Amino acid sequence: MVSRQSKEESSRAFIANSIERDGMVTSVVGTFTSKLDEIDVAVSQIERGELAETIDRVVRTPAVGVPVDVDGGSLPDVVEVEPTVDDVRAARTGVTPATLGIAEYGSVVLEADPFGSEVASLFPELHVAVLRESDVVGEMREAFEWLGPRLREDRSSEIIATGPSATADMGGLVRGAHGPEAVHVILLADRVEETVERGSETEVADE
Amino acid sequence: MESEGDAVGENTRGFNQGRYDSVAKLEAYEELKSEARAIKEDAIERLPELLDELEETVEENGGTVYFADDAEDANRYIREVVAGKDAERLVKSKSMTSEEIEVNEALEADGVEVVETDLGEWVLQVADEAPSHIVAPAIHKSRAEIAALFNEVFDPEDELETAEELTKFARDRLGELIEGADVGMTGANFITADSGTIALVTSEGNARKSAVVPDTHIAVSGVEKVIPRVEDLSPFVELIGRSGTGQDITSYISLLTPPGASPVPNFEDGDSALAGDHEGIGAGANPDREFHLVLIDNGRLAMRQDAELKETLYCIRCSACSNSCANFQSVGGHVFGGETYSGGIATGWEAGIEGLDVAGGFNDLCTSCSRCVNACPVKIDIPWINTVVRDRINRQADGNADWLVEGLVPDEEPGGMDVQKRLFGNFETFAGLGCALAPVSNWMADLSVSRRLMERVFGVDRRRELPSFQRTTLKKWYDERGPKVSAPRRQVVLYPDLYTNTMQVDRGKAAVRALEAMGIQVVIPDVRSTGRAPLSQGMIATAREHAEDVYSGLALHLDSDRDVVVIEPSDLAMFKSEYEKLLPERSFRRLAEHSYDVMEYLLELAEEDGGPGFEALCSPDDGRSGEVAYHPNCQQKTIRKAEFTVALLEELGYDVVTSDVECCGMAGSFGYKTEYYELSMDVGESLKGQFTAPETRERTVVDSGTSCHKQLESLLPRESRHAVELVAPESR
Ligand code: SF4
Repeated sequence: MVSRQSKEESSRAFIANSIERDGMVTSVVGTFTSKLDEIDVAVSQIERGELAETIDRVVRTPAVGVPVDVDGGSLPDVVEVEPTVDDVRAARTGVTPATLGIAEYGSVVLEADPFGSEVASLFPELHVAVLRESDVVGEMREAFEWLGPRLREDRSSEIIATGPSATADMGGLVRGAHGPEAVHVILLADRVEETVERGSETEVADE
Repeated sequence: MESEGDAVGENTRGFNQGRYDSVAKLEAYEELKSEARAIKEDAIERLPELLDELEETVEENGGTVYFADDAEDANRYIREVVAGKDAERLVKSKSMTSEEIEVNEALEADGVEVVETDLGEWVLQVADEAPSHIVAPAIHKSRAEIAALFNEVFDPEDELETAEELTKFARDRLGELIEGADVGMTGANFITADSGTIALVTSEGNARKSAVVPDTHIAVSGVEKVIPRVEDLSPFVELIGRSGTGQDITSYISLLTPPGASPVPNFEDGDSALAGDHEGIGAGANPDREFHLVLIDNGRLAMRQDAELKETLYCIRCSACSNSCANFQSVGGHVFGGETYSGGIATGWEAGIEGLDVAGGFNDLCTSCSRCVNACPVKIDIPWINTVVRDRINRQADGNADWLVEGLVPDEEPGGMDVQKRLFGNFETFAGLGCALAPVSNWMADLSVSRRLMERVFGVDRRRELPSFQRTTLKKWYDERGPKVSAPRRQVVLYPDLYTNTMQVDRGKAAVRALEAMGIQVVIPDVRSTGRAPLSQGMIATAREHAEDVYSGLALHLDSDRDVVVIEPSDLAMFKSEYEKLLPERSFRRLAEHSYDVMEYLLELAEEDGGPGFEALCSPDDGRSGEVAYHPNCQQKTIRKAEFTVALLEELGYDVVTSDVECCGMAGSFGYKTEYYELSMDVGESLKGQFTAPETRERTVVDSGTSCHKQLESLLPRESRHAVELVAPESR
């Protein structure tokens, strides 16, 4: 994938494990999932090794997708990862990776890659976005601090997608305009939990 | 005046309420606005440099940049590109700039099929109408009207009815058109100079499709959209949806850096692979893609050099100034707009792009109620732009039709100026005469022959009750009566605003009694009116002369540490905001810092230790009706003084319900003008509705501004009083 390396490095730098709001400390991932819930985006939080079975469960068939570079990249057979244009037309689900999550908005960042993610995430009625927990940042500003160097260096195209497509132009709010009517985020636990826990233990010990 | 029916009002009010709700959740709202403003100021300041950088970046990316001087130039280039591709169909996502240059017509003349893919724009394309709102172009059309239109034009097998059915129908039909398109055109909400990224703020997904499906992408944008860095997008992304339609964020913020790496799907060959034969599966642009960025000047670079119009270029076209405008809510953007742009800021855009004549066609619909000022995410002083353009229109008028007012009025304006504006702008002079001759002047003014004459010559609508002047002005009354307070705690200036002094003298007397009850010795100096009246007519030079006189008249009092208390909120707003444009910086600050709303001041006095406290004022216990329906003045809300009235009344035990309309509709002299009388009453309907509802019907009506007072009296059968009259003790 395009500059996967640089992305990982920079996203690590953003592993802010918690954000403080209204005096309450919540985990970034917790904020993210509750925001997704609020905007009616389904979310599956999974452990390593569970990606294929989860996708199997959540897709509406037929499904197309592009290679997903997490959890060993194991997509189930039900997802056609080298689709033809007709496959895309017929597909009810598109499975693509997301490069970043933005907790306070429930947004996922989608890269327009050479595999056709932009089309695969946009045409089918359901978009399934696969994201690592470690790639979730808290605020919009952090997302742009990551996007800035990335767009400058790689000149990539990214979509900050929040919920399904929608329109109010036909005299009432309708979900599913030109884009998907539903979004499902699969969130893979890949945080270096030992580090986080050790960190907090140390803090306790210091006190 | 034609209006667009209920859909506009309902939808804009919905967006406006959405904005309040959404920004309330945004902790750093004010900081984000300041940041957004600073980014735009810097970008416009450094525009030539940023455009050079952008050109370099886009070319590095593999795209082409074309700088177009004007619409014709832009269209010529676009037609060449389209012809070069042998394109038969171009699909477009919504772009006001493309409306501005009328590119559809230019391409259609060449035989190119142009398809608007934004659902609202498509409705208008089918109906052959122009957008009536910069964000929601078909906002004036109801669901039923769209259904009737589609059923008639497309004659579908099953009649379309619901919003879902209409959306699905449009999606399917447009989907096919997009698949077979040769060129995709988008606008740009922002363009970053450092990466060549086009940021598009959308919800439907049609802009994504228009950009990714055809192999050729043309982005059309005004030169003012460029900002320095990707990171600069952050505050705008947080503000733009909230400010416009009240969404925290729209479904898609596309950050497209064309030509981009996406493969070009070949929908003509269903068996072809989505990823195509773009072998490079790796970084870099897809060589099959072509990108053209057309950057349009069309008057913008001249606006940049124009000290007053320059601010317009900071506009991010969020539509908050349309949605928060009571007049816009009533008439919509076909009336409140020019060739392309609509709403408050349209005056700036149309004056800069089309010229004063076009701007003059709707500029008077801005009444300077100022409700858009705090709503604008880049803090543009929209009413000021409207005032400046009005002033320029006044000045370009020629002819000598002002024989009636010439000699009678002491203003600083050129001959030939509109007589109606001149009459209202010189209200101080007429009020002076009115008082001197009262009550005869009032009887005279009420004679039907005078009313007919006034209507014909000055356009003063005869359905309006005219203000009635008091023979004894507030100042005269106070001079004769003198202060009635023993051992005063301090002296305070009560500013004798024109309305209180000549017409609503009772509220002035009440203010004197209330201040005296708090142990204050009131001073009422002989100073003239603030200049609000001439300013509202675009008579800036006259208003400045007022401001200078007022400051000179008050300077001595400020030097003596006397605070200035103001009853009329539109005049307090002059001191607190407009005077910044009319006075030297130091004078403005000094007066602004020491000026107070009368209710604010009483609240502060009552809270002071060692003073007489709240007991000195009147509460429901003193036999005053305790249930109140309060309508704050629009400008008072903008300068954030309205809450003090509520706070003081509640502190005293009153039960207060506050109206939540943006403006009562009267807006100074606006509602007196024959051409606007009906609009003014239409705007007033919302307020009337709120104060005649079962919960409020019996409540005592309380106002704060003179024009609201007049409007409330014509809307409601019961009388309305200034809040200070409620809390002031009876005369002793
Ligand atoms: S002037 Fe301000 S409020 Fe009006 S559209 Fe422009 S940015 Fe929005």
